[in-house]
Amino acid sequence: MADKTTLKYTAEHEWVLVDGTTATVGITAYAAEKLGDVVFVDLPDVGATVAEGKVVGEIESTKSVGELFAPVNGTVLEANDAVVASPELVNTDPFGEGWLIKVEFESLPELMSFDEYSKLVGE
Amino acid sequence: MADLFASRHIGTDSVAQLEMLSAVGYDTVEELVLAAVPESIQVEPLQNSTIPDAATEREALAELRELASRNTVRTSMIGLGYYDTITPAVIKRNVLENPSWYTAYTPYQPEISQGRLEALINFQTMVSDLTGMTTANASMLDEGTAVVEGMLLARRASKSPSNVFLVDADALPQTKALLANRAQAVGIELHETPYDLDPDDVPDLDVFGAFIQYPGASGRVWDPSKVISAVKAQGGLAVVAADLLALTLLKSPGELGADVAVGTSQRFGVPMGFGGPHAGFMAVRAGLERQLPGRLVGVSQDAAGHPAYRLSLQAREQHIRREKATSNICTAQVLLAVMASMYAVYHGPQGLRQIANEVNSDAQGFADLVEKMGLELVSDSYFDTVGVRVPGNAVKVRERFQAADILVRSEGDDVVYFAFDEAGHDPWGRTPSVLAETLGAALGVAVPKEEKAESSSIPSGLSRTSEYLTHPVFNTHRSETAMMRYLKYLADKDYALDRGMIPLGSCTMKLNAATEMESVTWPEFGSIHPFAPEGDVEGYLELIEQLQTWLAEVTGYDSVSLQPNAGSQGELAGLLAIRGYHHSRGDVNRSTCLIPSSAHGTNAASAVLAGMKVVVVATNELGNVDLDDLRAKIAEHADDLAALMITYPSTHGVYEHEVRDITDAVHAAGGQVYVDGANLNALLGYARFGDFGGDVSHLNLHKTFCIPHGGGGPGVGPVAAKAHLAPFLPGHPMAQRDTIAHRGDAELPWHRNIVSAAPYGSPSILPISWAYVRMMGADGLKAATGAAVLAANYVAARLRDYYPVLYAGDNGLVAHECILDLRPLTAATGVTVDDVAKRLIDYGFHAPTMSFPVAGTLMVEPTESEDLPEIDRFIDAMIAIKAEADAVAAGRWPADDNPLVHAPHTAQAVIVGEWEHAYSREEAVYPIRALIRTKYWPPVRRIDQAYGDRNLVCACPPIEAFAE
Repeated sequence: MADKTTLKYTAEHEWVLVDGTTATVGITAYAAEKLGDVVFVDLPDVGATVAEGKVVGEIESTKSVGELFAPVNGTVLEANDAVVASPELVNTDPFGEGWLIKVEFESLPELMSFDEYSKLVGE
Repeated sequence: MADLFASRHIGTDSVAQLEMLSAVGYDTVEELVLAAVPESIQVEPLQNSTIPDAATEREALAELRELASRNTVRTSMIGLGYYDTITPAVIKRNVLENPSWYTAYTPYQPEISQGRLEALINFQTMVSDLTGMTTANASMLDEGTAVVEGMLLARRASKSPSNVFLVDADALPQTKALLANRAQAVGIELHETPYDLDPDDVPDLDVFGAFIQYPGASGRVWDPSKVISAVKAQGGLAVVAADLLALTLLKSPGELGADVAVGTSQRFGVPMGFGGPHAGFMAVRAGLERQLPGRLVGVSQDAAGHPAYRLSLQAREQHIRREKATSNICTAQVLLAVMASMYAVYHGPQGLRQIANEVNSDAQGFADLVEKMGLELVSDSYFDTVGVRVPGNAVKVRERFQAADILVRSEGDDVVYFAFDEAGHDPWGRTPSVLAETLGAALGVAVPKEEKAESSSIPSGLSRTSEYLTHPVFNTHRSETAMMRYLKYLADKDYALDRGMIPLGSCTMKLNAATEMESVTWPEFGSIHPFAPEGDVEGYLELIEQLQTWLAEVTGYDSVSLQPNAGSQGELAGLLAIRGYHHSRGDVNRSTCLIPSSAHGTNAASAVLAGMKVVVVATNELGNVDLDDLRAKIAEHADDLAALMITYPSTHGVYEHEVRDITDAVHAAGGQVYVDGANLNALLGYARFGDFGGDVSHLNLHKTFCIPHGGGGPGVGPVAAKAHLAPFLPGHPMAQRDTIAHRGDAELPWHRNIVSAAPYGSPSILPISWAYVRMMGADGLKAATGAAVLAANYVAARLRDYYPVLYAGDNGLVAHECILDLRPLTAATGVTVDDVAKRLIDYGFHAPTMSFPVAGTLMVEPTESEDLPEIDRFIDAMIAIKAEADAVAAGRWPADDNPLVHAPHTAQAVIVGEWEHAYSREEAVYPIRALIRTKYWPPVRRIDQAYGDRNLVCACPPIEAFAE
């Protein structure tokens, strides 16, 4: 599991792990809890071009649907097949096994720090 | 007064009402309602009402008898998707006429709905087996709209950039009309083709999908597999409408390569009823499950790991996904789907095949005679419909048959069609030789002696060889005793109004009186084909016109159409009327639909299907439309505002004070006001939509006007409008008569505004609402409103100290329902709205509406039909549950081991094995002593919702799955 305090965050309750020009993206534990039991995840194809702030996938629970927004401009390097096969990983390990996509990005936009995100969700 | 129906329909008498009024703080019901309903919208009683004074139950039935006697029942051979059928008496008596089935609600609380969920999974298994598809849903509203949904599914799922959908020229005429009306609203282009293709010469196609009628409207049976593969090869989807009875003999759509199969299950034991209600169906190949519209029953497991049924993949649906939903359909045709599935359970695969063989052999015997008479057939291959060429004589032939009490279909001057069915296969009536004699007499042609037909009317390559209905449920209940007991076994698992109150907010689970239900099964209402001649349906048309007039009067509108088969279809019809109106004035850009955030998700889904784009208006902290935000959104969309959709009283159960300001603001900007009539039960007699600014509304006859919910349908969603929208209300190209008032310009093509397959929707259940209005009279309807508002305010007053009542309107009063806020309880004790809902089952109740319109709340609607002891029983249960939650908070029970978190408790859970919980067995199942005599035992423990969605199974599980 990634160290939550060193991750970047978005207002859409996604976390971003930056490693060179690769961003690994998932949804936060707070978002996973709000969604409830995740039963289906729809992720973009590898190689797809994504644009910051645009919807690129869906995370569906028994009672609601959350959209996955691309936090950066770039190209999808990898989509987490394990999560597609076992959507419950989003609930059980949102910051680890429950990661969703890896994106090769050109430049990093302004993202929230752990403290800023914690403040946003009131924790 | 004692025998007035209103005193039977309304549960609380004057003594009880006085007691309730004192708890609420008013002296009379009238005073209470006038304090709750804003003065600006109150209306005086009409001086010249069209609604007659209340009739007694006997009088109403006598009048219905008289109306029924003006319908003429003849043998129908019209076909076109509607066939006479024999409803097995055991199914009629134990399902259609049994309140345990017809008074149940949609199975959103699966633990107390296992019986009808099993019946529905039987339906899905039946459909997927016969169509050869992987997954079927639990019913569509009718075949025509199912085809439309198939087209929309194809557009969603196809990767083709094309905007064209190919339509079979041999499709049912009502289906073609529906496709045309619905395609234009969402910008799909239709191309009609006769599919008279040389099998080796499939043309270049550029379509996102194609529709095939199998067999065709002409009766023709042909092999569409080449067309299907050509469509698929270029990225389109093939949608096939198939006849379930024919599929017992014909190769299935799945085997032919179809992506989607649709149709109707009417001829599986559901009376024609002048057009409805019947259950349509849709099934898809593997990979398209998530694209299915409507309700889908799946298998999951309960807390003990036992298999249990529930509704699957609900996140596809409009109540969650709103404008992004797969469809706007919500209420389906559950009761009719149950009947059709039980027809298959009772007959089994051999029985169905035998019925199909008899139908086919009658058709063939007749066709042979016709050919021997020297006449030409339209098609040599057919299942049940024989087309005969009678150049110049078609009308004469039709009339000759009608004189013999047989209805046949003529096409132009030269062709007559004879559609055979199960009911016609009798020794005294319509034998092939009797029919041939009549035809010969009409044409002056001699009829040869009948000989046994030798050739087959089904092409050998299309004969079915694959098995179907192999599951034991379709091979076990052959005797009537077994069938009766299976139906009882299922009904016993369920909680319907015959057990107790179903206080579902926004659903209006009121009494469905036995007298109202009485005429539904009369043959004069049941055995009428929707396209029977006008002279045969005078009784029906008069009943329809009267009901339209009454509904217009109570809502303050000018014109009403009864065609929409559910509230969702009424919404769509109303929005299409608004669209038609704007377009007729050249306002083609008006396409924005404002919808408050508190609206039911169906509103948004319907708007999209009417070609509108949804803009959400905020609600304020009181739960009302935020007027500032509304004005801002109106200003922003000054040029393209089409409509505002609001619900009144609001979905928060409150009479919004500013409703006139809201409707005025929309009108000032050139928009139309759609008032959702879901909550009309709080208004009748006190206010009218049309008087406070509504231009158009839909009503739910299955809420306010007593049509039973049937476990999730049938519904009737009439659309009512002001005169300026009347020309754009639904019509039908095959309607016997346009019954809608104020149509205006006769040149307008209103017959194109079709939203249901049948001209008047579901006429056979309209006598229910007719009888309700007739027996209540205007005074009774008003008294019902008063009793409903009193009951809701009484619940709010008595429970307010235990659960905050989230929203209230003028004078702190609610309308006909109230929202109990459980979020403070959850924050303080960890007990969730789910826990409380499931715990109510242990107390013998169906939960109120959960988490709509606000997450973490319960919305309670007692209705006028519940009596005070039952309302008090509910209140006492809620108070007792609050005490249990407090006990958890106080540490008496652990958060993970208490009667709430483990609710509901089955008998097995408290009897079998060691008891190792922090609470006693008695606390589990008999928390109050009165339950000892009245206990309802849920058949399963709490159902794991996520397990079922992650492991989708939508057909009958093998018997071994239920082994202990």
